[in-house]
Amino acid sequence: MSAPAPHATRPAGNEDMSSTVRAFEAYGDGDWDDIAREAIGEERIVVNMGPQHPSTHGVLRLMLEIDGETVTEARAGIGYLHTGIEKNMEFRTWTQGTTFCTRMDYVAPLFQEAAYCLAVEKLLGITDDVPERASVIRVLMMELNRISSHLVCVGTGGNEMGATTVMTIGFTAREEILRLFEAVTGLRMNHAYIRPGGVAVDTPEGFTTQAREALTKVRGYLKQLTDLMLANPIFKARLTDVGVLNLSGCMALAVTGPVLRSTGLPYDVRKDNPYCGYETYDFDVPTSKGADCYDRVVLRVEECYQSLRIIEQALDRLDRTEGEPVMVADKKIAWPAQLAVGADGQGNSLEHIKKIMGTSMEALIHHFKLVTEGFRVPVGQAWQTVEHPRGELGVHVVSDGGTRPYRAHFRDPSFNNLQATSVMCEGGQVADVVVAVASLDPVLGGVDR
Amino acid sequence: MSDVTPGGDQHAVVERPEEATRLEVVEVKRGMFGVQGSGDTSGYGGLVTPVALPGPSARPYGGWFDQVVDILAEVLEEGTATGGPGFSEAVEKVVVDLHGADSAEAPQAELTIHVAREHLVAVCQALRDDQDLRFELSLGVSGVHYPHDTGRELHAVYHLTSVTHSRRLRLEVAAPDEHPHIPSTTSVYPANDWHERETYDFFGIVFDGHPALTRIEMPDDWVGHPQRKDYPLGGIPVEYKGATVPPPDTRRSY
Repeated sequence: MSAPAPHATRPAGNEDMSSTVRAFEAYGDGDWDDIAREAIGEERIVVNMGPQHPSTHGVLRLMLEIDGETVTEARAGIGYLHTGIEKNMEFRTWTQGTTFCTRMDYVAPLFQEAAYCLAVEKLLGITDDVPERASVIRVLMMELNRISSHLVCVGTGGNEMGATTVMTIGFTAREEILRLFEAVTGLRMNHAYIRPGGVAVDTPEGFTTQAREALTKVRGYLKQLTDLMLANPIFKARLTDVGVLNLSGCMALAVTGPVLRSTGLPYDVRKDNPYCGYETYDFDVPTSKGADCYDRVVLRVEECYQSLRIIEQALDRLDRTEGEPVMVADKKIAWPAQLAVGADGQGNSLEHIKKIMGTSMEALIHHFKLVTEGFRVPVGQAWQTVEHPRGELGVHVVSDGGTRPYRAHFRDPSFNNLQATSVMCEGGQVADVVVAVASLDPVLGGVDR
Repeated sequence: MSDVTPGGDQHAVVERPEEATRLEVVEVKRGMFGVQGSGDTSGYGGLVTPVALPGPSARPYGGWFDQVVDILAEVLEEGTATGGPGFSEAVEKVVVDLHGADSAEAPQAELTIHVAREHLVAVCQALRDDQDLRFELSLGVSGVHYPHDTGRELHAVYHLTSVTHSRRLRLEVAAPDEHPHIPSTTSVYPANDWHERETYDFFGIVFDGHPALTRIEMPDDWVGHPQRKDYPLGGIPVEYKGATVPPPDTRRSY
């Protein structure tokens, strides 16, 4: 019999092994003793942070090598939330794809939906046929989502530093926006609201009034947050010159979004390569020069105000385009978009049901085919990027001419930006790791997909 | 085309379509509903549909596309003096996707440059460093598996952006399944580090020269590469209100 393979823990009821295999226990004479003995004199230690740690924004794992209080090496480990969304999308129709991609970055779901639908529309060749009202609603929803996402970033970032009030104000303000989402899409997250060709349903009656009232409140909360944070000496001391990443670092690591703009480069996809008619809206791209965590917070708050500017313009346009279609006219692509909530809580189009069930057999067949089989998308590939709250979100879709995506790939900004963890944390203090990672604002649902 | 009767010769050689010079056949679909072996009573059992991706585009491409390709050719030809590949060696073909637009001037038009895999790094270097090209931002790599594209099964697609000139283009590189090696671009674009790890993880493309090519999403001891077309999705039937919904990968496909 060969010698037993060493085990990390003592096998139960096998006393013979105890002499040959070392036991490792938390209370002594184990691996911890070895590490501690090694560390005597040089104070070098390896710390594993996460994947279940409240300040890592989900299941992010950080492996830190520290010397005293200084981080000498930092690595990020991901993959703990991989759910195979991209693979799953290959087995659903093009329309069902939005239901999946909305679950990737669950803090900013509408951006995945919009980017995916824009890419599919490119392949279909209907980019210019999407009705104006649909684009306006998309812009409105994305900008609302940008504010709610930045509020989570700033709020949880503040909470991690012990400023609980920052979080409570941030989340209260976000609540106002989630109520608007609920009014429009029926859900607070996982909307699947933006569909290839337009949006699932028009905004409800009286929505613009409701939105304007909510936004007044959001503006008030933003003011409170600004007053609470930006001039606070403790807050400033904690964030200034922490997690610095300069322009060349950002470009080499393809870090985009507020982190890139905090180095002074006004790169924003909404200006650089406009989509959904962003070129017709009046807004600025705020930048700063500090390239540190403090500047990123300032920029995020400033971006919220810019989003409010865009939303106000979008609401005016919504009033102006009242009653116009929110889905392409091509019935081979468009699902019915005049939905009403039925007794079962599901959104049905009553008029449409009346027509297909009562008057036209062909319409019924068409509806059945469109919903179960889906529409065909011409062979080819397309790439679409949008300005996500965390950076540039890219979608690469490939079609083989069938009713399902042949391949759908999402370039999530958090996935890419987490590569900067090492360069932002090494040489700094352990306590600054939390701040630096928070300034990247990673959402692990998007990172792992 | 040979036997096209239902249930006929399933291995018939499919003639390439008329416009074969323009299209690149990556797959041939048979039948109507993806059902094989069972009696397809729809009458579409013998339907043979070649799937072909857009082939090389003819000059002029339109917009800034001609300019970028010309400058790239010029830069690569200059580089031959120092042992670099020439344009015709490095670039296999140039594809313009108009996506329903009338001309390449439209914002939705896209440029794809298919690059021979051994010359990928040289092309990336030229695209990044020349002041008239300046594609300084790489937005990552995505893999695509075309199991029917014999000898070129695994594709890696690179998405490049020029912030300086507000331009975007796509590089596409193919590798055979038997030898899935593509040189790593991390020396030119450090940002591609994790993206290449992801593509390796999901497709099994080995990026030669990558500093630490390990799995990134799947566990280290995982067997197989999940995004490949020969890797099953898996799933179990779900019962809902008395009816059974089959797992998605066994449902009929159109």
